[in-house]
Amino acid sequence: MDEHYDVIVLGTGLKECIISGLLSVDGKKVLHMDRNGYYGGESASLNMNQLWEKSHGKEKKAPETLGSSRDYNVDLIPKFILSSGLLVKMLLHTDVTRYLDFKVVDGSYVYSSGKINKVPSTDTEALTSSLVGLLDKLPLRKFFIFVQNYEENNPATHDGLNLKITTMDALFKKYGLRENIVDFIGHALALYLDDSYLQQPAHDTIMRMKLYADSLARYSKSPYIYPLYGLGELPQAFARLSAIYGGTYMLNKPIENIVFDEEKKIIKVTSEGETVTCDKIVCDPSYFPNKVQKKGKIIRSICILNGPIPSADKKFESLQIIIPQKQVKRQSDMYVGVMSSAHCVCPKGKYIAIVSATVETNEPEKELAPAYALLGPIQEKFVYISDFIEPIADGTADNVFISKSYDATSHFETTCEDVMDMYKRITGKDLVLTVHPNILKQQEEAGNQEQEEQ
Amino acid sequence: MNNNNKIFQFKLVLLGEAAVGKSSLVLRFVRGHFLDYQESTIGAAFLAQTVCLNDTTVKFEIWDTAGQERYHTLAPMYYRGAQAAIVVYDIRSEDSFERAIKWVKELQRQGSPNIVIALAGNKLDLAAKRKVETAEAQQYAEENGLLFMETSAKTSQNVNELFVEIAKKLPKTPTTRPGSGRVAIAPIDNGNTGKKNKCCN
Ligand SMILES: Nc1nc2c(ncn2[C@@H]2O[C@H](COP(=O)(O)OP(=O)(O)O)[C@@H](O)[C@H]2O)c(=O)[nH]1
Ligand SMILES: [Mg+2]
Repeated sequence: MDEHYDVIVLGTGLKECIISGLLSVDGKKVLHMDRNGYYGGESASLNMNQLWEKSHGKEKKAPETLGSSRDYNVDLIPKFILSSGLLVKMLLHTDVTRYLDFKVVDGSYVYSSGKINKVPSTDTEALTSSLVGLLDKLPLRKFFIFVQNYEENNPATHDGLNLKITTMDALFKKYGLRENIVDFIGHALALYLDDSYLQQPAHDTIMRMKLYADSLARYSKSPYIYPLYGLGELPQAFARLSAIYGGTYMLNKPIENIVFDEEKKIIKVTSEGETVTCDKIVCDPSYFPNKVQKKGKIIRSICILNGPIPSADKKFESLQIIIPQKQVKRQSDMYVGVMSSAHCVCPKGKYIAIVSATVETNEPEKELAPAYALLGPIQEKFVYISDFIEPIADGTADNVFISKSYDATSHFETTCEDVMDMYKRITGKDLVLTVHPNILKQQEEAGNQEQEEQ
Repeated sequence: MNNNNKIFQFKLVLLGEAAVGKSSLVLRFVRGHFLDYQESTIGAAFLAQTVCLNDTTVKFEIWDTAGQERYHTLAPMYYRGAQAAIVVYDIRSEDSFERAIKWVKELQRQGSPNIVIALAGNKLDLAAKRKVETAEAQQYAEENGLLFMETSAKTSQNVNELFVEIAKKLPKTPTTRPGSGRVAIAPIDNGNTGKKNKCCN
């Protein structure tokens, strides 16, 4: 194996696989290894035997009433894909879309006073929704129009404000929007996890609202799509991209030693007695415990149900519920994602509800009570608490580029932002997300066909 | 409506040990050529080719391994949803035949329920150095409900025939893939979502 690589990537989580793919496409010589015998690390989707073993060990088998193990593809980190978001842009940039099949998520709900309501899917719907009180309708209408017209590079649409400086809090106040509406906008439309955005420049929140509106406009039922067979397909698809462009893949490779040769400016990585060298390492935080710091905990509870959840539309085969922080006296939101056999993640008739939240107390599972109350009877439950870990340094000094762990947000925007940021630190250049020529060609052909038919 | 000249699309994957000739079989079938020193072709692990039967056209969406078989790291996503698979071995290597049998078992366990599997003993032009007897492989294939052919990507012997046999055996029903309601992922930022995007070149 005695060889030199431009980059050695450790861990096959989604972030590592996207970066591996991008670097291979750039012509870099990449070796990608994982200590596990499967792809995906934390971003894998497990079958029932794997999931059961993770919680209960090898001795006891999963009960037969759960159905066939292989029909399950359960995400360890639940998230949905915003259909106009960064992950979709990355899929289009790399043409990795062709390896995956997606379906739209049926609906999206927001929790308010112990009940759940459908998140309005148009501005008009929002204005007539029971979520909006009579007095709030006019200011909200004005605010929606402002957001719709807002263009980053056209000051005429900026209401005379500098929105890269003015905080979102100030903008809400200017429009006279009251607390419950602010909560709804910040958490159900801009999809913020907590209220720290209020003190940030308003521009970011406006762009988030636009992203939500664009995503919703694509397939109309909800702003989210989700891959058949679970999110674990994503890292595998990007790994395939990397392999096609020459990346070498090895699984089941424990890493024994990593040595920095300051003089030659190379890094020596030893696995199973064999040593390879590289210029740079890209990895998830588990490979360098001494170069990362813990920044809180996240609880994720996977619940297997025997039917659709009673609080939502029974016809929905997939949905999301946002429980905004203030509704349940918390500092950050709680999310519930519900999936079913429609997305090939469990046997027919079963539903998987995954509750996730940032841990705020010493009794994390108790915090989930309001979410559990929405689910109806739970057949089986798998609860995991994990640390949220960040690299201490940005990697430019030691050439070790470490990803952050996956946060509690319900979508992939922060995941992709980390990837783009890492890419820039690794290569020194911005990742410009274009559309792959293959896709443009397909579109053109489809367009021509349509014209011929007319 | 009858099925006259209907086009059916299928995902077909290649499996088997490294260097048995998987990529060569695909290139022979799709492009009609053969290279003695087949370098793993960068950026091209996804090819399409059609087979015309009497009244239907079968379009194969062919997935090659991208070299991920070398260290046994082919992702399950690779053969997920595949309606057809060609499991290849080199007739000069017992080991590659054993490995092919392992792949057949893996497909029967994890693959789509109605997957059509073909076993291909490749490098038939080198039959002088044969280690795997035709009868042995034939019998294994029959016992396991597989199509079987000995092929040569070099001389093209039986290559088209292999794909035609697979095309014939595939069920021609309208929805052959699970999960109706799949959506196409199309570009977003052309400024006029939904409207037709006319190019002026
Ligand atoms: N003589 C002969 N050589 C072949 C045949 N098929 C492939 N090869 C050679 O075997 C080597 C490996 O082929 P390749 O298609 O890359 O195998 P893969 O790793 O299974 O994709 C190359 O040198 C090919 O030229 C064949 O039918 N006859
Ligand atoms: Mg090959």
